[in-house]
Amino acid sequence: MVHAAPGGPFDAERVLPADVAANIEAAYHLDESLPQQFVRYMSGLVRGDLGPSFRYRDYTVAELIGTGFPLSLQIGVLAMLLALLAGVSSGTVAALKQGSMLDRVVMSFAMTGISIPVFVVAPVLVLLLAVKLHWLPAGWSGTSGAAKFVLPVITLALPQIAYIARLTRASMIDVLGRDFIRTARAQGLGTKAIIRVHALRPAMLPVLSYMGPAIAAILTGSVVVEEVFGIPGLGQFFVRGALNRDYTLVLGIVIFYATLIVSLNLIVDVLYGVLDPRVRNR
Amino acid sequence: MKSIRLLLLILLLSGVAACGGSEDTSDSASVLNRGLGTEPESLDAHKARSLQAAAVLRDIGEGLVSYTSAGELTSGVAESWDVSDDRLTYTFHLRTNAKWSNGDPVTAEHFVFAVNRLTDPATAAFYAEFLGDVSALNAVDDNTLTITLNRPTPYLLSLLTHPSTFPMHPGSLAEHGDSFARPGKLLSNGAYVLTHWVPGSVLTLKRNDQYWNEANTAIEEVRYHVQSQEVAELARYRTGELDITSSVPPDSFEQVRKEYGDQLHLAPEQNVYYYGYNLTKQPFKDSPELRQALSMAIDRDLLVEKIMGRGEVAAYSWVPPGVDNYAPTQLSFATLTQAERSKIALGLYKAAGFSEENRLQVELRYNTSDTHRRIALAVQSMWRDVLGFEATLINEEFQVLLANMRDREVTQIFRSSWAGDYNDAHAFLSTLQSENAANLPGYSSEEFDGLLQRAAEQVDLGTRRLYLEESERVMLADHPVIPLYFYVSKHLVSPRVLGWGDNVLDYHYSQHLSLKAAE
Repeated sequence: MVHAAPGGPFDAERVLPADVAANIEAAYHLDESLPQQFVRYMSGLVRGDLGPSFRYRDYTVAELIGTGFPLSLQIGVLAMLLALLAGVSSGTVAALKQGSMLDRVVMSFAMTGISIPVFVVAPVLVLLLAVKLHWLPAGWSGTSGAAKFVLPVITLALPQIAYIARLTRASMIDVLGRDFIRTARAQGLGTKAIIRVHALRPAMLPVLSYMGPAIAAILTGSVVVEEVFGIPGLGQFFVRGALNRDYTLVLGIVIFYATLIVSLNLIVDVLYGVLDPRVRNR
Repeated sequence: MKSIRLLLLILLLSGVAACGGSEDTSDSASVLNRGLGTEPESLDAHKARSLQAAAVLRDIGEGLVSYTSAGELTSGVAESWDVSDDRLTYTFHLRTNAKWSNGDPVTAEHFVFAVNRLTDPATAAFYAEFLGDVSALNAVDDNTLTITLNRPTPYLLSLLTHPSTFPMHPGSLAEHGDSFARPGKLLSNGAYVLTHWVPGSVLTLKRNDQYWNEANTAIEEVRYHVQSQEVAELARYRTGELDITSSVPPDSFEQVRKEYGDQLHLAPEQNVYYYGYNLTKQPFKDSPELRQALSMAIDRDLLVEKIMGRGEVAAYSWVPPGVDNYAPTQLSFATLTQAERSKIALGLYKAAGFSEENRLQVELRYNTSDTHRRIALAVQSMWRDVLGFEATLINEEFQVLLANMRDREVTQIFRSSWAGDYNDAHAFLSTLQSENAANLPGYSSEEFDGLLQRAAEQVDLGTRRLYLEESERVMLADHPVIPLYFYVSKHLVSPRVLGWGDNVLDYHYSQHLSLKAAE
């Protein structure tokens, strides 16, 4: 499919003399027929070889994934963590103070968070926190230390915080109305204990099942965030790869992500059993 | 509860574990941060093609000849050179103190080795034919190199400043093979050594203490930051993370000009923005009147003032102004007013068989970009106002447009540009020779080819120039292309950077720059 897109990886405004172009295509086996190229690629893949990158000519695809993925993972995990912490706590608070001013503030914030796309949030945050206030760096490569993580992580987490807050609130309100909570109350337990011991776990189930889509959303969000902040992660390589017709790089990242998502889904399914005895027993 | 705590713990741990390991930092007072734009595809000078790669390579390598910050030729590895009377043999005298970053001397043999590798089909170099007029390279001894040419090539010295002609260390290539251009392995004979490269992020260069002219290198460390989004690059300039930008975003140009005043550097470039006709298909095949009509109907001055407005120069020739030893020939209508041009254009349009009833139907293709779209819209409306036809605008992804232009099947009019690789009119005129791969319109004129051939044979620079100028006149009269404007380079340069020189080549060697001491 990548090959079907018009244009080749070595096309540029500066057109190459025919024999030079032929040399380059031969060097990357682009002169072979598609079935031949397919067989070559698959036999490499079986041996774990994703081939050379066409665009980053000094690097192999495996090397690029090797340098890009840890960063993407780092930022993704931090964003996920922030989303869970902020989302669950603000959602719980909103559920307890249902209908109050606080509830409305949290929920309208959540609504805004869901509606504004990452590629709008990112430049606005940069303008505000980096350019105007000089609190944080605007780019990635200039500084070391934790400060450079703050803006990308917040940008990436914002829509997820919003979504998780709404989920938690709805499910918490539902759980708090259940009979077993009433029983707990009747036994004289305080609100804190009820939330901590009885309500939070069942209320977390919808959030947990949202983790899968959330990870996917963070993956896609990372493409934009990495581009805006100049982070050398997988998302950036993926976009560049597609635009430059870097066949091997795009294919390599797709295969890598597919493997990753399949295994993550498996892990979430297992975790589900850990959280909910009803699932486990069946 | 326990399991949630466990889950959070796992997440936290993986987050913390992933956070470890940050790159080293040195004193920011001696570090120059340059915006690079897009990433170099390779730092193997023979596999590289982009301007970005060339910019970095000019810091870490040095050819026989080099440029000053003002863009004038100066000695490089070669201390001096002699030219034979027939201008076919150049003898270069190499510095005895030119060294690689590992201490080995740079010898004439290293240049011969590099050129052999450049032209070897197995290398698959983009610039394999760059030295096409060179018939032989000969290392007479360690410090003497002769270059023999097939024909006088007055721009040879300019070619020898290009990274694809830089020397290579045979021992290093033998040892590391294809990975020789990696940080830590890449040997440098220029002012800087590559120490780190994080793909998609930053290239770090440190001063080369073996460089022959090391005493005149002022900046300890140079970081080239990959940032292809101009808006993000500008934000990083505003925060002080970058000292030099690679460009200025079009939409912020006026604001930047007001805000930064003389930190904004504009210089005309040897780069022409043009629309080309597909001359192998109707309606433009065999119809020079129609081609001239469309060209004349475009108000270039309005385009550069109102649509571009970033200091661009309206193009009435193919070769940009400022090229060495050349005065560009102007399009025949350059001296008329736009009102006069429009009137003649309409006459030619009608003579080509078109009218109010029988309108020209034509497609204009450009690659997706805000600037290209604005220009295409303006040109479309100029054609509508003057000639009365409605061109169909088609924007395509860059790689798609490139493939279409090359195939010449569906294209009618297309947007493109051409930048000269060396400072000579030949760099532009040769692209329209019949057999040249860069000849996108498919222009083929025996007269034009013949004049270029004659020019190439001339020993006398004055005579050569006359032939070249005449060839441009012949070509422009055929209207294979519509030159629209000449680019200008745009950089923001921080006041703490000293020694910046604006030049037509847009080359800015880090070794010519220095940093003002912090207040």
